[in-house]
Amino acid sequence: MRAALVTRSSDVAALIAEATDHSCGAVSVFLGTVRNVHEGKAVTGIEYQAYDAMAVRELQAILGRAHERFETGHIVVEHRLGFLGLGEVSVAIVAAHPHRQRAMDATRYAIEEIKKTVPIWKLEHYADGTREWVDPTRASIVIEPSPVAEVVG
Amino acid sequence: MAGEVPVKALLFASYADAYGSTEVPLLLVAGSTVGDAVAAVRAKVPTAIPARPLVALNERYAKYDEHLSPGDEIALIPPVAGG
Repeated sequence: MRAALVTRSSDVAALIAEATDHSCGAVSVFLGTVRNVHEGKAVTGIEYQAYDAMAVRELQAILGRAHERFETGHIVVEHRLGFLGLGEVSVAIVAAHPHRQRAMDATRYAIEEIKKTVPIWKLEHYADGTREWVDPTRASIVIEPSPVAEVVG
Repeated sequence: MAGEVPVKALLFASYADAYGSTEVPLLLVAGSTVGDAVAAVRAKVPTAIPARPLVALNERYAKYDEHLSPGDEIALIPPVAGG
């Protein structure tokens, strides 16, 4: 098991090689990537910041719990910090297991837990030049389509 | 001075932007808790930080009633957004 914060692109092939050995019949990979829109606003990139020491500690704790739950120590996670452009990988999680279900469950568990507990924040940069810290606890702004008047001919 | 507890408070993301720095040195009275430290930081930037933000003590999530020791590091944790 290994958890790290990184400031360069994750090498997914290397992570797969690191997580796997010949006892594993399944490898599950989750990649989080930078999307071009958030709540209707065009996004040009995201800047990630962390409370580094605590974030690594929390990531390691998540891998420890995943190990217990899914009986696999074959799990590696890297979370990127700094500015990332569209499409870049912000988080890479690789879990391997003799069988597919637990490999997939482990990656799913890890990303869901990362979003809940790891002290990492993202500053979205928008196409209009503004920036905003993302707050997942804030209610999303739901943009309702305008009612369309029925045209009676 | 005896009876005072120097503590370092760390701020991140929107909290740090609002305060203008990532670090707030605090000098609290003996017996102070995590909650007292949060209140002392909020007194400096009351509108930017909610009444009960998540808080860490020495890199672990902490409760507000935990007591502080000299040299402790607390961190006010804005809503996390990793992934």
